[in-house]
Amino acid sequence: MDTGDTAFMLVAAALVMFMTPGLALFYGGLVRSRNVLSTILQSFICLGMVTLIWVTYGYTLAFGTDVGGLIGNFEYLFLNGVGTEPGPYSDTIPHLLFVAFQLMFAVITAALITGAFAERIKFSAFLVFTFFWTSLIYLPVCHWVWGGGWIEAHGALDFAGGTVIHINSAVAALAAAIVIGPRKGWGKEAMPPHNVSMTVLGAGILWLGWFGFNAGSALAADGIAVNALMTTQVAAGSAAFSWMLYEWKVHGKPTALGAASGAVAGLVAITPAAGFVSPMAAIAIGLVAGVICCMAIRLKARFGYDDALDVVAIHGVGGLWGALATGLFASLAINPDGANGLFYGNPGQLGIQLIDSLAVIAFSLIGSLIILKLIDRFIGLRVSEEEEIQGLDLSQHSEVGYTL
Amino acid sequence: MKKIEAVIKPFKLDDVKEALNEIGVQGMTISEVKGYGRQKGHKEIYRGAEYVVDFIPKVKIEIVLPADRIEEAVEVIRKAALTDKIGDGKIFVIPVESVVRVRTGETGPDAI
Repeated sequence: MDTGDTAFMLVAAALVMFMTPGLALFYGGLVRSRNVLSTILQSFICLGMVTLIWVTYGYTLAFGTDVGGLIGNFEYLFLNGVGTEPGPYSDTIPHLLFVAFQLMFAVITAALITGAFAERIKFSAFLVFTFFWTSLIYLPVCHWVWGGGWIEAHGALDFAGGTVIHINSAVAALAAAIVIGPRKGWGKEAMPPHNVSMTVLGAGILWLGWFGFNAGSALAADGIAVNALMTTQVAAGSAAFSWMLYEWKVHGKPTALGAASGAVAGLVAITPAAGFVSPMAAIAIGLVAGVICCMAIRLKARFGYDDALDVVAIHGVGGLWGALATGLFASLAINPDGANGLFYGNPGQLGIQLIDSLAVIAFSLIGSLIILKLIDRFIGLRVSEEEEIQGLDLSQHSEVGYTL
Repeated sequence: MKKIEAVIKPFKLDDVKEALNEIGVQGMTISEVKGYGRQKGHKEIYRGAEYVVDFIPKVKIEIVLPADRIEEAVEVIRKAALTDKIGDGKIFVIPVESVVRVRTGETGPDAI
C-alpha cells in the first residue's frame, strides 16, 4: 500500500462525487423554473439509489472475477472480502477505496441520462428506470470494459469511461427521449433555460470534478495522472473556445451557454483518451469536440426527438469522438500500458475502438428500449398533461424552487 | 386636466424625472411594464435555438397636469427620453374628468 496514492485517490473519489451535484446545477439551470427541483433531485438521488446498488451487488457484478467475459461473479457480494488492504485492481490503494472511486462513476452515469427526459417523467418511473438500467446495462458494460470482460480482452482503450459512461448513458438518453416522447409544446413554443448562470456554475463544478475523474483513473499519484489532468484541462478549454467561436460564426453571437456546453463536450471527449494521449493531441480532440457537438444539436430537430438537455449531442457524439480519437492519438510514449493509435503506426487500434463503441451502443440502445417499454406498460413513464404544465416540482414533489 | 402616460426606456427614467422636476412637476406614478412597438422585441439564442422575445421591459410614467401645462411637459419628457434609437417609446395624452386628494378631499387642479 502507498499512502501517497491513497491520499490522492481519496481526493479523486471526493472530486468525482462532487460532479453529480455539479451536473444537477448544470441541468437544473437548463430547464424551466417550474422543473428546477425535480431535475436537480433526479441527479442528487442517484447518490442514494446507485450507492445502495453498488455496495450490495453492483460492485461484485462489475468487478468480481470474470464469468465468460460478460459479468463479474458474486465474490464481493455485500462487499464481502473487500477491506482496507489493496485489492486486485491496484497494489497501492485499499480495495475499498477502489470500490468508492468506481461508485462515483456509476452514480454520475445514471444521473447523466436524466437530461434526456427532463421536465416530463414521473419520479417513480425514473427511480424504477435508474434501478434497472444501472443493474442491467451499466454493470455489464462496466465489467466488459474495466472488469476483465470481453471488450478489455479485445484491447479497447477507455481510460476514464468514454464508452462506459458517456456513450452508454447517451444511448440510454436517446432511447428514453424516443420512448417518452417530446415535451408538450416542443418545437412550437420557446423553452429557454431559466438560469444560465446556474448552468455555467454547474459546468465549472463538473470541470473541477473531472480532474478526479480522469487523473484519478490512473489509480496512482503518478505521471499518468499528471498527464491525464493536463489533457483534461487542455481539451476542455479548447472545446469551450471552439464551440463559442463556431456558434459566433453561425448564430452571430458568442454565448455563455455555448462556452459551458463546449467545456463539457471537451471533457467528455478527452475522457477515454486522457491517460493515453499528449496534451498537444488534447488540443485537437477538444477543438473538434466543441465544433461537432455543437453541430450535432441541430440533428435533434431534424430527427424529431426531444433530448431536452442535449445528452446525445454532448455525451454521445463527444464520447464517440473521444473513443475514436483515442484510436488516433494514443501513444505508448505517453502510457506504456496503453497502445499506439493510427498516428503512431497502429491503424488497428482505431478499428478496435470503433467496434467496441458500436457494441456498447447496440447493447445499451436495445437494453434501454426494452426497460423503458416495460416500465411504460406497467407503471407509465410520463406524468399527465396537467402535471406537465403545472411543472414536476409541484406535481411530483409538492415544493417549488423559488418563492419570489 | 389631462393625464400623460409616457412609456420609455427604463434607463431614461432618472433623466425624465429630473427634467420634470426642473419645470415644477411635483409628482408622478411609475410602473414597470413590458411591450413592443414597430421594432418588435429581441432575439435570444440557446444552444443554437432562437427564441423571439416580443415583450421587452419598459417604464410607464403617469402624470396628471392642468391642460395648459401639458404641451411643455410632453416636450420635456420627449427630449429627456430621447436616444434617437428605435424603441424610445410613446407618450399618450388622455383627458381626466376629476381628481380627488385622499387626505383632504380637495378636488380639481388643487388636488394635483
